[in-house]
Amino acid sequence: MLSDTVYVLFNILKMFDYIEEILSTLKKNKLRAVMTGFSVAWGIFMLIILLGSGNGLQNGMEFNFRNIAKNAIQIWPGRTSENFEGLGKGRSVQFTNEDYDLMKRELSGIDDISGRLYLWSDVAITFEKQYANYTVTCVMPEFINIRLMDIVKGRFINHMDIKENRKVIVLSQTIVDMLFKETEPLGEYVKVGGIYFQVVGVLSNPTDKNSKDAILPLSTGQRVFNGANRLSNLALTTTSTTVEANKQIEEEIRGFLAKRHRFSTTDQEAIYVWNTLESFKQAQGVFAGIRMFVWVIGIMTIIAGIVGVSNIMIILVKERTKEIGIRKAIGATPWSVVLLVLSESLFITAVAGLVGMLFGMGILHIASTVLTNVAATNETIRFIFYNPSANFGVAISATVLLVVAGLLAGFIPARKAAGIKPIEALHDE
Amino acid sequence: MSNSIIRVEALHKSYVNGSNSLHVLKGIDMDIQRGEMVSIMGSSGSGKSTLLNILGILDNYDAGSYHLDDIHITKMNETKAAQYRNKYIGFVFQSFNLISFKNAMENVALPLYYQKVSRKKRNNVAMEYLERMGLREWAHHLPSELSGGQKQRIAIARALISKPKVILADEPTGALDSQTSMEVMEILKEVNQTGIAIIIVTHENDIANQTQRIIRLRDGVIESNHINHSFKLESVEVN
Repeated sequence: MLSDTVYVLFNILKMFDYIEEILSTLKKNKLRAVMTGFSVAWGIFMLIILLGSGNGLQNGMEFNFRNIAKNAIQIWPGRTSENFEGLGKGRSVQFTNEDYDLMKRELSGIDDISGRLYLWSDVAITFEKQYANYTVTCVMPEFINIRLMDIVKGRFINHMDIKENRKVIVLSQTIVDMLFKETEPLGEYVKVGGIYFQVVGVLSNPTDKNSKDAILPLSTGQRVFNGANRLSNLALTTTSTTVEANKQIEEEIRGFLAKRHRFSTTDQEAIYVWNTLESFKQAQGVFAGIRMFVWVIGIMTIIAGIVGVSNIMIILVKERTKEIGIRKAIGATPWSVVLLVLSESLFITAVAGLVGMLFGMGILHIASTVLTNVAATNETIRFIFYNPSANFGVAISATVLLVVAGLLAGFIPARKAAGIKPIEALHDE
Repeated sequence: MSNSIIRVEALHKSYVNGSNSLHVLKGIDMDIQRGEMVSIMGSSGSGKSTLLNILGILDNYDAGSYHLDDIHITKMNETKAAQYRNKYIGFVFQSFNLISFKNAMENVALPLYYQKVSRKKRNNVAMEYLERMGLREWAHHLPSELSGGQKQRIAIARALISKPKVILADEPTGALDSQTSMEVMEILKEVNQTGIAIIIVTHENDIANQTQRIIRLRDGVIESNHINHSFKLESVEVN
């Protein structure tokens, strides 16, 4: 145990010894070492900045999807644009509770499903003397698994609400702030279009702090506001996570609805389907492409750096021919000469690269902080560019890249150095 | 174990340059005893540098045999050659061949670096050798700050630090004035007294006359190989 410790210490000492040997030669040519290192530092700096920016854009994009389940499918009714089975085009499609019931019963691959009824007309929400007009949405309890919202207080609509047509309402934090001021909203009654509803929950939208949602149980909404059995649209999540399976389910739904509402399955305007997973994967694909592009550019830049370092090292070896000859004459093995050159190039690239990396990370950190501050007052920035960080994985990849770069840069000069014949080198005046 | 430190038999060496072949060494036989001090003389082109390179395992030979400390030195890889050089041979060159950006102490210590001796220890040893050369106070000076004689003494210290069996000196006084030359020769003789064989390649009779034996080369063969009687005389005189 003790001898192990001593051995480790001894090796660390030897490493210092070794680094000092490298440093003593680098000190001789400080300017050159710095200039050489700069190209590598620049390459890594650019790579980190580009990768960070790519991440920032991707974070922005993914933020757009934070308020919806990744495998959600939403269907809006439209107007038929093709004649079908003797029916003229231009008919409106109207979803009803029957569509909901049948889809839930007959189609497989659906996880959660909810119909949605918008009360389009001006619906005033009133609390004491405060009132405002908002879009009121009537949904099923499953809706919260499709459009993802944070429950700040209380609860969401539940099945008892639906079954008993309870007059309850869930409000966005923004609406609560506006109507209730200091009053605790849970349990209070607000008037919606003249009818009292009890506030049971407060919501916030993860992507939009200013969103103003007022949500009622679907059954209550249909009954109270003359909705009959009509639905404005349908939203559901699938049981699968692959684009293909989702596409398959989407087609089944389209076929099912086409049969029920008698329109052609090829009619693109009869219903509109928004397949989140497909869009998400498409966006992700774009970013994967961007990331690859960034890596290619970054690696190209670093290759330019490698060539630069390699060039300098070749010159260095040429200048040090005599020294290497002396070293060989007094007992330097070819391997130790290779190591001398290789470790020098490795040292330059590693140190320079690290500096570039730290600079890049620093800039990204500053940018990230600035963006967070901006986002505090201006939410839209979050959807475009946010948290442009280079994560741990990137740092590791960059480090590996640096080591490889250093080894590559030193390879040719090291071979040249090892091949130096001491006799010729010593006569090289 | 024989008493010879260097034994060379029928050594041949040619340099092939395209279609031309230059036969430089044409059968050299030589036997140098442990602790002997020998000079090799010859005009330029006589093959003395080539011989020294082969003795120093800096170059290969074509035919014959070379035994260093009873080890048969044949064609070997560079790593092995480097190890033998480090262990058995100390070099002293006409142009000193010190590393310009290392100070005197570091230059002297360098062979020990290749023996993987720790920095502290090898610097301590280097200081001892500098002390012996009377250069202790110059330990932290760069070669460019030293005189020719001082540089050559540092080179000798460097050659000695690995405790070699043989010192090969290629025109060690070639770049020095006569006064300094004599000082360097005195040091080499002192080194020789400690039992290390010394081979000096020179074209100066003054230098050769201070060695025990003079081998004269001419056109790649040994022209003469005789005991230097004046050396004995001088030794007697000194005593």
